[in-house]
Amino acid sequence: MHPHRHDGEGTTTMAGPTRGFLGRARTPRDARLPPGQYDTGSDWPVLTAEPTPRISPETWSITVDGQVETPTTWSWDEVHALPAAEYRGDIHCVTTWSKFDTHFAGVSVDSLLEVARPTEEGRFVMATAKTGYTTNLPLDDVRGGKAWLVWEFDGRPLSLEHGGPVRLLVPHLYFWKSAKWVTRLTLMKRDQQGFWERNGYHDRGDPWLQQRYQGD
Amino acid sequence: MTRASRGGWRTATVAGVRRPVARGVQLRLDVADRVDHLPGQHYVVRLTAPDGYTAQRSYSVASAPSDPLLELFVERLDDGEVSGYLADVVEPGDELEVRGPIGGWFAWDGVSPALLVGGGSGVVPLVAMVRHAVDTGRTDLLRVAAAGRTRAGLPYADELVSAGAVLALSGEATGVRPASRLTAADLVPLWEPGQTAFVCGSTAFVGAATRLLTDDLGMPASAVRVEQFGPSG
Repeated sequence: MHPHRHDGEGTTTMAGPTRGFLGRARTPRDARLPPGQYDTGSDWPVLTAEPTPRISPETWSITVDGQVETPTTWSWDEVHALPAAEYRGDIHCVTTWSKFDTHFAGVSVDSLLEVARPTEEGRFVMATAKTGYTTNLPLDDVRGGKAWLVWEFDGRPLSLEHGGPVRLLVPHLYFWKSAKWVTRLTLMKRDQQGFWERNGYHDRGDPWLQQRYQGD
Repeated sequence: MTRASRGGWRTATVAGVRRPVARGVQLRLDVADRVDHLPGQHYVVRLTAPDGYTAQRSYSVASAPSDPLLELFVERLDDGEVSGYLADVVEPGDELEVRGPIGGWFAWDGVSPALLVGGGSGVVPLVAMVRHAVDTGRTDLLRVAAAGRTRAGLPYADELVSAGAVLALSGEATGVRPASRLTAADLVPLWEPGQTAFVCGSTAFVGAATRLLTDDLGMPASAVRVEQFGPSG
């Protein structure tokens, strides 16, 4: 089991047990499950804040701009020409479900950054989706083999409702950071808040630290 | 815009428990020192077992900001670890840990015209909006459609109808309306230019209702805000 960490503001100690609450029968807790999460099994809940857009691969593109030496845009075909990469592992949603042993395929964000070349001042990233959805991330959380652009899930094209044709995948952070329908990664000198972050969610979102809301 | 989650966890004392529909419970909570919510926002409830195990879930607020108590409506899910406890075990006087209000996106500002579309327990955040409009004398700003299988199973159905809501029931006829899922014909009379739509319910309901709004009514997707209930027990 992962070491227990303080929840909330860190000053409030836990109230005692809730009268009459025992919780589900517990098998030894799976070490892959961050605190406060449960295993959703084969389900993959869909949670978005906006209508699902219709995006065809022909019109989709990904741009890396902002604090980079060479702002670059890749078409669907061009991004497929980059070295293939995949992720096998777990994902964690702030709504408390986790999903084990997922398999996504696409390219590493590192492959895009190699071309666009972040400036020394670029330290944060704003990911923007076709819908206008945004989410902010420290640059170090999307490079070094930690983040992907993916278009396949379990060997099949990523469905629109799960962010297809292409979504960002940053599986070590809560899943709202893995922007669906991503079309732009903008490198920034200073952190700025994205959509959920402005609405009270955490700027980084590490599930092992339960960084769910601002102030966690 | 109100910031979410000010102040972390608070203790809520259960002031009232009602079971207005077979599969749900209405909890009236006294929360000391809470921050006023915006209609549409939600709270997180956390339960702790004697061995320290915790489970937390989010529930929409049904009460208006002016209500001295906080009202949550909890749909009882089959095998719902938290919803089952809240629906079956909780009694007045119990203490629960809560955190909120959370979410600034699915929240009505109280001054803009809005089309509210809820399915099943997805009507709950819309109830908060309607109650707020009643409080402030701005019911003219809201148009409401509430969908469910039967009127008896739809939470807050009577209150919503009193506020002028259109009911779309799939399991029984309503006046001249035959039993059917929500259709564009239900929404057309409610639609006005300039509205923001708030759509809440299951993922399937939200998908279907959103397509009616954008494809059939021609609302811009940017004017539609959605909130889905995931299977979160």
